[in-house]
Amino acid sequence: MTSARTINFTLNGQPVTAAIEPHRNLIELLQRFDLFGARESCGQGLCGCCTVLVDDKAVSGCLYFAVWADGKTIATVEHLDADGALSNVQQAFIAAGAFQCGFCTPGFVLMAHQLLKEHPNPSDEDIRHHFSGNLCRCAAYPEIIDAVKRAAKAT
Amino acid sequence: MNQIARDIPRLEARSKVSGRADYTHNLRLPGMLYGKLFRATVPHGRILSIDTQAARAHPGVYRVITGEDIKQLIPEPYYGPAFHDQPILALDKVRYVGEPVAAVLASDPHVAEQAAQMISAEYEELPAVYDEVEAMAPKTLVHDVLRPAGTFADLKHLQGRKGTNIALDYHLRRGDAEKAFAGAARVIAHTFKTQQCLHLPFEPHVAIAEPGDGRLTIHTSNQTPSFVRIEIARLFGWPENRVRVKVPYLGGGYGAKVYVKLEALVAALAILVRRPVKVALTMEEQFYMITKHATTFRIKSGVDTDGRIVARACEVFWNGGAYADIGPRVTQKSGFTAAGPYDIDNVSIDSYALYTNRTPAGALRGFGVPQLVWAYESHTDLIARELGIDPVEFRRKNLLRDGRPQASGTVMQDAAIGEVLDALVARVGWSKPFDRGTGTLRRGRGIAIGFKASISPTTSVAIVNVSADGSVYLYKSTVDMGQGSDTAFAQIVGEVLDVKAEDVRVVAPDTDVTPYDMGTLGSRSLFHMGNAVRLAAEDARAKLRALATEAGLPEGTNYPPAEIFKKRYGMQAGNVVGTASYVPSYKPPDAQTGMSDNVTPFWMVGGAAVEVEVDTETGHVRILRLINAADCGKPINPGVARTQLSGAAIMQLGFTLSEAMHLDGGQVTNASLADYKIPGIGDIPPMENELVAAEQHSGPFGAKGLGESGTFGVSPAIANAIHDAVGVRITELPITAEAVLRALRVKAGHPLEDE
Repeated sequence: MTSARTINFTLNGQPVTAAIEPHRNLIELLQRFDLFGARESCGQGLCGCCTVLVDDKAVSGCLYFAVWADGKTIATVEHLDADGALSNVQQAFIAAGAFQCGFCTPGFVLMAHQLLKEHPNPSDEDIRHHFSGNLCRCAAYPEIIDAVKRAAKAT
Repeated sequence: MNQIARDIPRLEARSKVSGRADYTHNLRLPGMLYGKLFRATVPHGRILSIDTQAARAHPGVYRVITGEDIKQLIPEPYYGPAFHDQPILALDKVRYVGEPVAAVLASDPHVAEQAAQMISAEYEELPAVYDEVEAMAPKTLVHDVLRPAGTFADLKHLQGRKGTNIALDYHLRRGDAEKAFAGAARVIAHTFKTQQCLHLPFEPHVAIAEPGDGRLTIHTSNQTPSFVRIEIARLFGWPENRVRVKVPYLGGGYGAKVYVKLEALVAALAILVRRPVKVALTMEEQFYMITKHATTFRIKSGVDTDGRIVARACEVFWNGGAYADIGPRVTQKSGFTAAGPYDIDNVSIDSYALYTNRTPAGALRGFGVPQLVWAYESHTDLIARELGIDPVEFRRKNLLRDGRPQASGTVMQDAAIGEVLDALVARVGWSKPFDRGTGTLRRGRGIAIGFKASISPTTSVAIVNVSADGSVYLYKSTVDMGQGSDTAFAQIVGEVLDVKAEDVRVVAPDTDVTPYDMGTLGSRSLFHMGNAVRLAAEDARAKLRALATEAGLPEGTNYPPAEIFKKRYGMQAGNVVGTASYVPSYKPPDAQTGMSDNVTPFWMVGGAAVEVEVDTETGHVRILRLINAADCGKPINPGVARTQLSGAAIMQLGFTLSEAMHLDGGQVTNASLADYKIPGIGDIPPMENELVAAEQHSGPFGAKGLGESGTFGVSPAIANAIHDAVGVRITELPITAEAVLRALRVKAGHPLEDE
């Protein structure tokens, strides 16, 4: 295994430094900061449980090398309620009951924020297309679509 | 304060949407080692040697451990709920590709993984058996001797046998089926098959064992903490109180995480190295952990000239894979209902649990019932078509009603079978005109209903603790894996003690603290634990009243608990602990006839109606409408209940249309989410979900379990609708476009060539 490299990046609004080996992915880096909302599940970038925003773009953290975070702005689900208040999307997910086990939920929540930024009033088709890279094994999909629409109304 | 039938969000909603919910996946302990597994590459073989030298020499590796090392610690290192047949790491033989053979421990999981790939093993390969019907012949034996466990009262009759792959056979004889067939106007027979598929929770199996001071703490993503404690204690020969099992929220379970999965392995590893050990499977490795039984079901019915079913014979073969897990229970329990929700006087059922050289199979959202409903509801539809009777009318004519005995002899009670059928018929508009499509796009409709006996006899214990300020704790070992059990129990406590459900503190399973529960499985929790919780809350309420009397407060007055405590103890002090256990009665089936007049404390009922559109050029099936209905008694939380119904139906949609494990020489060839297709958001058809008006009189506030009911009807309803649309019958799951196209081409007289 190769030796650690020092990287500097912005994490949920704070400048941070980390020493990390080049073979580790972004999820392992986030765990060092006690952030567990992004989770590696399928390990292939297919399920979306590991969704993280890098320079405001959603990436699969399990396929994103940690060292690539150098100089970037990283945001995880934990930044959404950093001020103690849940975001509109998070509130809508609760109101719609848009999760069961909750393991994939942070990925859906982050993706919903992305969608509403680009399409403040998305159609069902927009929503389905946007979430084609996020899977939910409990299959809360109908409630997720409902939650996104509620959040759109509330925004 | 009315807490029942309140649509409150799940108690843990905030922690789940903010990414802060606690899962075993997140947990790391000081000094912890990661274990990675070296797995068998042959489906069946004697282990000649295991070469771990390179792995041991790899920098950063702490230890490499094989089955022989574990045997030094535990002389009989075999576990399992029905049979003690599964070695913690393979001993002498391997029985499926992917079976754990050795474990590498390192502080860095990447190091452990790399080193695991440096291990090699030599095997004397043995012939393998993969098919459940072939396994009936004792040609290739997966196990030389069967090792029954007898942990559960209802599996006591399991006896170890030699020279067979049959782990359990269940036989039911009601009336005289042979005679009735001889006298029937028509006898109609079919064979149906289902595929091996799996649960795939997104938090893959993960467990951590933490040794210390002659004790062991196991943190695990598991649905049965009490069972894990007992089984680990048994393996070490310890009293139960030296093993502590802690379970936070689960990132999905669906039956994958029942009984011992990784817990015996991490426990043995941690004791051997005297450090905490974590084993976390990858998504790929879940394909080598536990699956859903593939089945072959031969079903035959005799009908009279009035369209009444007079006899039904069922032969079910369950492909249990290399280790029995809970397969024998699946075989027996589902055997009770294999003839379907129909009133039939003459029934014979033969149900066989078989060992094969595949990944073990266990319970997946329905304990075998979805496989049965697939067969009996496809079959029932075919009979109606052959007789020229409307499939709904045919079902109504034969339906099993409350007050009538079911095949096992148990009289039906609080089973809203007719109501579920009526709801589906009404919603789909069965009697209304229907656009059947034109040209290459043809439409059809189908209906299917199923039912299930609950697991019995099983025990749940609950403790309700009222603090001196009147705030309330609930201690229970039910695992909330997304089904909303914490919330439902809080509502029950709230209803009894007149507090808001949101204010009840529900303590996560921790066997040092939370009392015994048989397990979170088989939709049993809301009924069994729900009853225990209600009784415990009532016990606390009675004790509070006694405390008030003790404190000299006048009888019949309604003082708030805080005032009672203050009056009694002179300050904010003390507490009141209510407790109760709940175990419904049960009568084991007669050894000769397989009959019992009390096989279950309650019945689950579910069904589906679908409209499909079939593209006759491609075989592609589009679901236009999926209607689900179920009897959950009186729901405690209707909103959460509906999402259980919907989620179960969508999961079954995957098992119906796309999900299948592909095997080549015993090797799973599609062990990833890239090649094993589960439903995504684009696959969800327009859906309606209805909880029919019903009441389970023996349930807590009229409620009963629902987690599995949504799976029952989906598969056969779709096959029935395809038949309705294009006149072909699919008899094997999954129903792929290729399967439909092949059937269409056979019907047209131009069969497609084989691959």
